[in-house]
This record gives sequence, structure tokens and C-alpha cells, in this order.
Amino acid sequence: MDSATIPVPTVRAASTQGRRLVRTRLPAALALLPTALVVLVVYIGCMLWTVRLSFTSSTLLPKLDWVGLAQYSRLFVNDRFVTSAENIVIFGVLFISGCLILGFLLAVFIDQNVRAEGIFRTVFLYPYAMSFVVTGVAWQWFLNPGLGLQKVVRDLGFESFTFDWLVNPDMAIYTIVIAGLWHGSGLTMAILLAGLRGVDEDLWKAAKVDGVPTWRVYTSIVLPLLRPMVVTATVLLATGVVKLYDLVVAMTMGGPGIATEVPAKFVMDHLFERNNIALGTAAATIMLITVVAVLAPWVYARYIRAQRRPA
Amino acid sequence: MSALEPQGRRPRHLTIGRVGVYAFLITAALFFLLPLWIMVVTSLKPMDEIRLGNILALPAAMTIEAWTKAWSSACTGLECNGISVGFWNSVRILIPSVILSIAAGAINGYALSFWRVKGANVMFGVLLLGAFIPYQVFLYPLVRIFSMSGIYNSLTCIVIVHVIFGLPTMTLLFRNYYAGLPIELFKAARIDGGGFWTIFFRVMLPMSTPMLVVATILQTTGIWNDFIFGLTFAGRENLPMTVQLNNIVHSTQGERAYNVDMAATMLAALVPLVVYFVSGRWFVRGIAAGAVKG
Repeated sequence: MDSATIPVPTVRAASTQGRRLVRTRLPAALALLPTALVVLVVYIGCMLWTVRLSFTSSTLLPKLDWVGLAQYSRLFVNDRFVTSAENIVIFGVLFISGCLILGFLLAVFIDQNVRAEGIFRTVFLYPYAMSFVVTGVAWQWFLNPGLGLQKVVRDLGFESFTFDWLVNPDMAIYTIVIAGLWHGSGLTMAILLAGLRGVDEDLWKAAKVDGVPTWRVYTSIVLPLLRPMVVTATVLLATGVVKLYDLVVAMTMGGPGIATEVPAKFVMDHLFERNNIALGTAAATIMLITVVAVLAPWVYARYIRAQRRPA
Repeated sequence: MSALEPQGRRPRHLTIGRVGVYAFLITAALFFLLPLWIMVVTSLKPMDEIRLGNILALPAAMTIEAWTKAWSSACTGLECNGISVGFWNSVRILIPSVILSIAAGAINGYALSFWRVKGANVMFGVLLLGAFIPYQVFLYPLVRIFSMSGIYNSLTCIVIVHVIFGLPTMTLLFRNYYAGLPIELFKAARIDGGGFWTIFFRVMLPMSTPMLVVATILQTTGIWNDFIFGLTFAGRENLPMTVQLNNIVHSTQGERAYNVDMAATMLAALVPLVVYFVSGRWFVRGIAAGAVKG
């Protein structure tokens, strides 16, 4: 059964209990009330408020005038914002594909009945337990050209070795990707490994009997079976991409120059430091539109339609 | 089981393939361990050794001076009381936030799984979508709401924020868990006359230990590692450890004390690392359980 439909039968079963429940449902409704209020006030209300502010000329304090799309046209010619948007695309594509590939490889290799499996798993996943601030500070230290990796290699005798990505505006965003991969690929590994362990042992025996090479079994049979886990991992990683903020702040502060600015940081800076609420909320609204455009169909298909479908 | 059974996909003898497997895993392990190694050795070196020496090398003159300095006298901007201030702030934020957000998630998950409340699934759908929406979309209005109600920049404020933004994950986690329990259990409790809260406290909660452990692990690491909420809502007096670490690293005047920076970094990573190593497989199981079903 598709994992998307797992909760459905149970929920439906609860409904078959007859109408007697209606009267006794009041405490349940009351228990859900605070969350409903949060959903209304925060998740919907604050969101609409932000969108509304993006159509105003608010600077230090919020105003409720109407300037149409003026902030948006300002946004799309703003170097900082354009760079931020480009950076998040670069980071998103490389981070998600990198984590999936590295995570899958790690999971497959760990699944080869290796010794000390627990140690490897622990080592691959521990970065995920650490904060992005810690991750950023550690990688900033390691990659700084003056005392870090570049110096180590030069001291070994490779005098002309250069690894200055951290301070090179063209390459700095890739150091963020490296730190991100270090932080996130263990998570992908853990999710996919759980999936690998769920693969029927008979499948392996059958493939062996038919003489199918192991790598072929992984790519043609196992990988399609892991589709739900790959989707889950992708969604988790994608939410991490949108939230990318603390890693950049800790590692490069958006620099050198504006080379590693990202949308989340653009919004934060304009809301709380640059006193340009309208421009900040306009950027936040663009982030919102992007995310909703990608995720609304997915959530609809996965949860809402699944529950309406007759069993 | 027959004598003809294939040897299986997991050969135990050493072949070129096996060597390759281990070579890959060990190389990967080195990549993952490298930053931790560098943090530890740097934090144990005096500054002149850092300036001249190799970043990878073991400290020649090992000292824990940087650690004591990071803990009690490193400067975060104008104040120089070390990261210990941030540590205790994080503890004060962590405990109520974890308890309240798990309680909210468990009650929501239970209500959603067993009690068909009108509109509850729509609410849940919106909540789930909310989990994916960037925090930046909510922050400014939330700041306004909290300042109007007079609790902005306080411990209460940051705890409420953590509970609010923990709702989607926690609700999802418990909803999936309870939806996986046999419905007969709930029916039997109903027939015995149990009401909403009785069934929750007497039947569901005692069965929820695995999810409570998982949720505690997720929330403890998540809230401890939070940066953006602490920065925005906690106020100068309650800044969590992550924010203070960032301040220590970026606000140093003159030459940066890398050993102090790294010691402070290690201190900030300590709690989640302990949680991770103590919880072991639970951590993995937590991610898998929350993720695979989510």
C-alpha cells in the first residue's frame, strides 16, 4: 500500500461509529480550538498581513496605504534580491541533489553488511544534530584560506595550491553548499537506509537466482521501491533550503559583498535592520508564492484528495 | 532452507569489492569527522600555535584556557560574561517549550485521529502547509502582535513562538502514531464510557512512550539549535546560545581568538550531541518515523 494512504482507513473507521459521537465531540473540538486559533491568527492572519504590507510604502513603521506593485518592481531590480534569488536556486539544486546522491550511496554502502555499521551511521548522522550556526562557524574556520585547508595543503609542499572559495565572490555560495551537504546528507542516508532495510529479503534471493548484478538490483528494483522515502527526503531537504538563513549568517554573513545573500536573509535584514518593511514583506511574499506554487498540489494530492477518495 | 540457497548478497570474505566498500565508507567518515576534529584540536591550542601551526595537527601545548574563557568571559558584543549566559537562557527556553509543544501535539494528534471534529482535517491541512512556509512570512506581524500584547522580547514570547511553530511537526507525528493504533482500542474505551480526556490520559498517553521519546529528541535538538526565533523574539536578556555564539564569533574586536570561538562552538553543540549519542537508534528511528509516514 502506498504510504500516503496509511492513516486513511483508521480515520474512516472512526466515522462508522454512528451519530452518538456528535454530542460527545465537544471536548475534542475544544481541545483543537487553540490550534485552530493559531492556524487562523498566525498561519493565515500573519501571512495575509505580510502580503498586505508588501503593497504599502511602510518603512520603519507599518502604514496601510496602497502603492500597488511598486515594491515588487523595486525588488526585481534590486541587486541584493536578484543575487539572493540566484543563490537559493544554486544552493537548492546542488544541496538537494547532492544530499540525495551522497545519502543514497552511504545507505547502500552501509547496507553491505559492513562491520562497525553503527559507528559509520553515527558518524554520518551526527552533523544533523548540530545547529546551522555551529556548522557555519566550523566550516568557516576550516575553509578560511589564511589558516585553514589552503594553508595545510601549501605546508605539505604544494605552494601554488589555492582554495579560496570562502572569500571568492564567484565561489563562496558553493562553500555554503558543502557545509549544507555535511549537515544534511546523513539525514537522507538514515531515511533511505530505513527504506533499504524494509526491502523484502526474498527479492534479493530472487534477483540472485536470476543472476542480476547487485548494482542493477539497486538501480532498477530497489530505487523505485524507495520512491516514498526519496520523496520524503526531498521534501525535508527542500524545506531546509527555503529556511536557509543561520548557516549563511554564521558562515559568510552574506559576503563577500553580497555574494552569498539568500532570500530569507534579505527579508530579515530589511524588516529588522534596514527599516524597509514594505520591501522586506514583498520579498517574503515572493518566497511564499514560490513555496505555495511548488507545494500546494503536492499537499492536495497527498492529504486532502486521499481522504476524500472512497476506500 | 535448502542446500541450494544462494550465498546471499552479503559476502563476508574480503574481496576487491569489500575493500572498495570500506574505502568509500572510511573516506566519507573522514569527511564527516573533519570539522569536529578541527574544532576540538583548535579549541585546545593556544593562539600562537594556531597562527603558526597546522589546523589539523594535535595541540603541542594543550590547554583548556580557551574553554574556560569561552564559558565565562568571552565577549558577546559589549558584555563579556561568556557563552554560559546563553547556555542558561537556552535551558530556560528549552524546558517549557519542549513540554508545551509535545503536549499540544499529542492532544491535537489524538483529537484528529479518533474524534471526527468538523473542519479538523481542513485545519490540519492548513497547519501542514504552514510547516513548509518560510518563517519570514510570519515574523513581522507576529512581532507586532507580541508588542501590542506587551510580551515581546520575553521568555514567554519565545516559548509561545516555539510552541506555535512546533505544532505542525508535533501534530503530524502524534496523529500518524495514533492513526496506526487499532481502532478497537478506542471503541472499547468508548464503550466503557471513557470521555475525551479520560481516554487520552488513561489509554492513549500510556501507549505513547515511543512517540514521546521521539518528540522529545526532535524538539530538544530543534529548539536548542534555533537561531532565527531566538534572535527575533527572545529579547536581549534571553538570547539563546546559538545567537550568543554567533555574536562571539562575529563581534570580536581585533584579532579573532579562534580557540575561544571553537570552544564556544563545541559548547553550543554539546547538548544536541549528547542527546544524539545518548538516544542512539532512537534519534534515527525518530527521523525515520516522522519522515517515512509524513
